[in-house]
Amino acid sequence: MTFALALEQLLNGVQLGFMLFLMAAGLTLVFGVMGLINLAHGSLYMVGAFACAAVAAATGSFWLGLAASLAFAAGAGALMEITVIRRLYNRDHLEQVLATYALILIFSEGTRWLFGSFPLYLDIPPLLQGAVSLPGGAQYPLYRLAIIITGALVAGGLYLLISRTRLGMRIRAGESDREMIAALGVDIRTLYTLVFALGAALAGLAGAMVGAIQSVQVGMGEPVLIFAFVVIIIGGIGSIKGAFVGALTVGVVDTMGRFLLPQILTLFVSPADAKPMGAAIASMLIYLVMAFILAVKPRGLFPAQA
Amino acid sequence: MNREVSINAAMALALLAVPIIALQIGQTFTITLATRIAILALAATGLNLALGLGGLVSFGHAAFFGIGGYAAGILSAHALSGEPMMFGFEGSQSMPVIWLVAAVLAGLIGLGIGVVSLRTSGVYFIMITLAFAQMIFYFAISWPAYGGEDGLSIAVRNGFPGLNTMRPMEFFLVAYGLLMLTLGLFSLIRSSRFGAALQAVRQNDVRVASIGIKPFPIRLTAFVLSAMITALAGALYADLNRFVSPSMFSWHMSGELIVLIILGGTGRLFGPLAGAALYVILEFVLGGMTERWQFFLGLILLAVVLFARGGVMGLLAGKARHG
Repeated sequence: MTFALALEQLLNGVQLGFMLFLMAAGLTLVFGVMGLINLAHGSLYMVGAFACAAVAAATGSFWLGLAASLAFAAGAGALMEITVIRRLYNRDHLEQVLATYALILIFSEGTRWLFGSFPLYLDIPPLLQGAVSLPGGAQYPLYRLAIIITGALVAGGLYLLISRTRLGMRIRAGESDREMIAALGVDIRTLYTLVFALGAALAGLAGAMVGAIQSVQVGMGEPVLIFAFVVIIIGGIGSIKGAFVGALTVGVVDTMGRFLLPQILTLFVSPADAKPMGAAIASMLIYLVMAFILAVKPRGLFPAQA
Repeated sequence: MNREVSINAAMALALLAVPIIALQIGQTFTITLATRIAILALAATGLNLALGLGGLVSFGHAAFFGIGGYAAGILSAHALSGEPMMFGFEGSQSMPVIWLVAAVLAGLIGLGIGVVSLRTSGVYFIMITLAFAQMIFYFAISWPAYGGEDGLSIAVRNGFPGLNTMRPMEFFLVAYGLLMLTLGLFSLIRSSRFGAALQAVRQNDVRVASIGIKPFPIRLTAFVLSAMITALAGALYADLNRFVSPSMFSWHMSGELIVLIILGGTGRLFGPLAGAALYVILEFVLGGMTERWQFFLGLILLAVVLFARGGVMGLLAGKARHG
């Protein structure tokens, strides 16, 4: 194990963390403001990736694809909110789970209908191809670095939006008291649609950016969705700050676990056993971390007031 | 006899009558469908105990379903290969032994998951149970000893004393008998003191605590029992397909179990059976009409949640007597 390799893995973990943050931010906002658990958030991630891949393939421009991913995901989110989600706010979580589970079936099968079962591929734009040198002599892909920077910028922008703007003030008010903010004359329905579309756009952005590293296919949103759930549980549901800390924790713990555990285990068992055992434990690691955190703090690291 | 009881009896008889008729006219596939309905109904009845009576929305019951499946797969693999497993146990191909192992194992793991998960409530509970199931799912995928991602075949369906389970009808009767016994148990539990406490905990746990009953042990007991029943169904499901794979642990499976309960009617005795029957029939009919059946299944589920609250039992038998 060299320092350069470890640094590269650490950066991969941070990159995964920022991706997860983009997903988790939307989930946690929707839960915090509307009290809704949305399983179909992963479908919006998939919509973003497919929109980006399709538009990039048609126009030849990744950047147009990226813009399309934001627009399509936000549009799909708004449509989802107006047609279905809106009717679920006053229902219990069980019904929300079932309805959004049904939405996943519809979105996944609908996408397969439109695009077929074969994965699409999305090329990294020429501007971001290549690698940068890291201290210690390693090379790190420029594109992944760009994802980290984008994630950090979005996180900063989201912080400013929520703490400094009128919309953010309303979102925070919606989190602490839904009835009161409606009574004060704020158009709560439009606010809900906006928050949902904002979360959807962030998920779509994440999907489009990851689409260039992995393949774009039906079902790609599901593993990420479950990771994002772990993130918001660790962070405390409803808390953006919690989502940020949780996302980076999960990203780094998962990546470093997969990298380090097989090597650590070679100290105790034979190398032939260490690899599968390390991989098995590493894939469970974030869930163990989550169980531990919940055992200590049942409402997550940064519990929301409501 | 009130309306719900007669509808329940009619459903129980119909589930028995259909395979018998199918056997007479040589429609073996229908027997397999009925067996699938009985097994899924059994799994959902397990979940119904926690979810319907106790209000514990577990989104991770696939964990127990899969544990049951792997218990069947692993025990019979060892019995066939003659290779002893842990503690020198030789494996088994006898269903009662497998069921016992499946239920005990799922009970213990359910106890562990329950102790941690029941510290939380609401959405946290939904997600933490999901996360535990995912943990086991990934473990099953990456642990190569029993097939890993590829799963494990069961060469010969496990046996039940006195029956030839390779015959579809006799295997159906095993599944049907177990389902009916479990429904009887569910009904007993529901009307017992424990059942009353469990339902009271669902309705208002603060009140229950204030009259001196601790909600936590009641919830935990319900969760563990529920896990054990779902594991039995998992063992049967493995025998039905003669194959187990990590997909039994997948979160789609957990979602499907919840779907069955809500389709049928949450907390109703025969809700899981009504839900499983409707689900399997829909899957079969839609699957025969279009390759895109999941799309339409999604639309139907959505319509049920939005417009037909109370599920099949709600439509047929009216509202449940207890809220």
